[in-house]
Amino acid sequence: MPLYQEKKPKIKSVSYAKYGYLFSLPFIIIFLIFMLYPTVFTAVIGFTDFENFASIIANKTFRASLVNTIVIWVMNFIPQIGLALLLTAWFTNRSRKIRGQGAFKVLFYLPNIITAATVAILYASIFAYPVGPVNSILQSCQNFFGKLIGLAGPELAATIKPFDFSTSPWAAKIVVAFIQFWQWYGYTTIILISGVLGINPELFEAAEIDGASPRQTFFQITLPCMRTILIFTLITSLIGGLNMFDIPKLYIWNGGPANATMTTSVFIYAQAFSGSYLYNKAAAASMIMFVIIAILSGFTFFLMRDRSELKAKRAMKRMEKLSKGAEA
Amino acid sequence: MRNRRKARAGIYVVCIILAVLSILPFWIMIVNATRSTVQIQSHAISLIPSTHILENFKVLTGKTFKPVTGFMNSLVIATGATICSIYFSTLTAYSLVAYEWKMRQPFFTMILAVMMIPTQVVSIGFYQFMYRVGMTNNLLALILPAIAAPMTVFFMRQYMLPSLNLDIVASARIDGAGEFRTFNSIVLPIMKPAMATQAIFTYVTTWNALFLPMVLLTRKENYTMPIMVSLLKGDIYRTEYGAVYLALTLSVLPLFVVYFLLSKYIIAGVALGSFKE
Repeated sequence: MPLYQEKKPKIKSVSYAKYGYLFSLPFIIIFLIFMLYPTVFTAVIGFTDFENFASIIANKTFRASLVNTIVIWVMNFIPQIGLALLLTAWFTNRSRKIRGQGAFKVLFYLPNIITAATVAILYASIFAYPVGPVNSILQSCQNFFGKLIGLAGPELAATIKPFDFSTSPWAAKIVVAFIQFWQWYGYTTIILISGVLGINPELFEAAEIDGASPRQTFFQITLPCMRTILIFTLITSLIGGLNMFDIPKLYIWNGGPANATMTTSVFIYAQAFSGSYLYNKAAAASMIMFVIIAILSGFTFFLMRDRSELKAKRAMKRMEKLSKGAEA
Repeated sequence: MRNRRKARAGIYVVCIILAVLSILPFWIMIVNATRSTVQIQSHAISLIPSTHILENFKVLTGKTFKPVTGFMNSLVIATGATICSIYFSTLTAYSLVAYEWKMRQPFFTMILAVMMIPTQVVSIGFYQFMYRVGMTNNLLALILPAIAAPMTVFFMRQYMLPSLNLDIVASARIDGAGEFRTFNSIVLPIMKPAMATQAIFTYVTTWNALFLPMVLLTRKENYTMPIMVSLLKGDIYRTEYGAVYLALTLSVLPLFVVYFLLSKYIIAGVALGSFKE
């Protein structure tokens, strides 16, 4: 009997590729219906007439809202990243172990998990005029310092005045920025700390052996190593900031004094859903924001891709080195 | 040495001030929820609770704020969206990790590309679309979209890559288990920790959402908790300080409970970079 007849009958190799398609199908269908289609639809509504875009770009309130959004974001982000970096430096200092870090992190992060709508109204009550918690603190301070400089009677009473936080444009902006800061610095701190913990500890050990001070270590090693994570934090915060809605919408009604807290999201909402039904204008404004956010998000996309590519490259190099070592 | 000790003390002082800053607004809120409007008007801050909580509750529920309705709607939406998001994101991640298919890489690239785009910027199209198919005031319009959650898929994939051993999947195949059954009975249990972390964040984010629910839900019986909270800003509650504080307290009570029970996992989850609103 010829040998080749003993060859096993060919097993039909089962292809599992179809399950890849099958299991990602729910995602794709829902994505097409609930994300892609609304995106295209928004564009269509906006582009029914180029006039929409021209009038939105010429619209003073829209331009003001864009400026407000960025101003409020900057006022919240600079102190936020500053404080987060400071706390990160303190909490990750190897020679100075800070106790109770876990509890501090839990408390710093707390405001972030609380409903922003509730936070906005709570702050509106706290900054209430003429009677509110902040105004009572303010008045006791005025009373204390008034007495300190020797005022009494009607003179003292004249210096004690409540401050109306809701009629001053800058006070309104500052309070909104402060609420954003207060809600987000804990989040940023935790992200940055985990970034530091991801740095190769050998670097810190080497610095320690070389006699670097904690300050030197932080500025020469920690910060440069965190460049990517800092840029990532910056962009994600900016994208979040450009969508700012709950706090400015509910802290003060209708964009605040002189539209000081009118952000782009509040503007879009007001155009479309507050009884004026200007869907075309709102869609045009949305598309402008969409493009800005898409550009920013594209930036993070390349950042993250480069990062995983870098990792892959490094792994390849290590493998090459190892194989060379094996040859030698 | 002395300077160092001073610096250390300084750090603790700053941290304690920040911790107080985190708690104080909520403390004022809870205490004022128990005080009468008259008490609040004469002294806006008090650290000691009073006894007017029931009166405040009567004033509150006698008007537009319906805590039970808001709570139930939020519960339905958040639970539904969380289940959809976690289950289907894990399934999608599994399709990306376990199978070789032609469109796998393009699909993953697309997920990365759209990950950051917030639904809010396309809300006009979304609303118009929902309006035309008659799904405004339908809670499903806020639940079903959770099936496609790019951020969650990304996180699930990152977690699944190192923790899922494909040999186990292969041996399940040899034992004759179908692909779908393998996923449900073998992959899901392995993914439990990642699913729990993601579930907490999806739940909280959905519970807190204001923009889309406010756009879509116009009928009072469909209002979620954050929409109920937004009603407090209107004229109806202008002078009812005690009732407003009580309403705010009620709206965050479930979150406080969840947070203090799970804070350890939540902080760990944030550190993984798994959460961004």
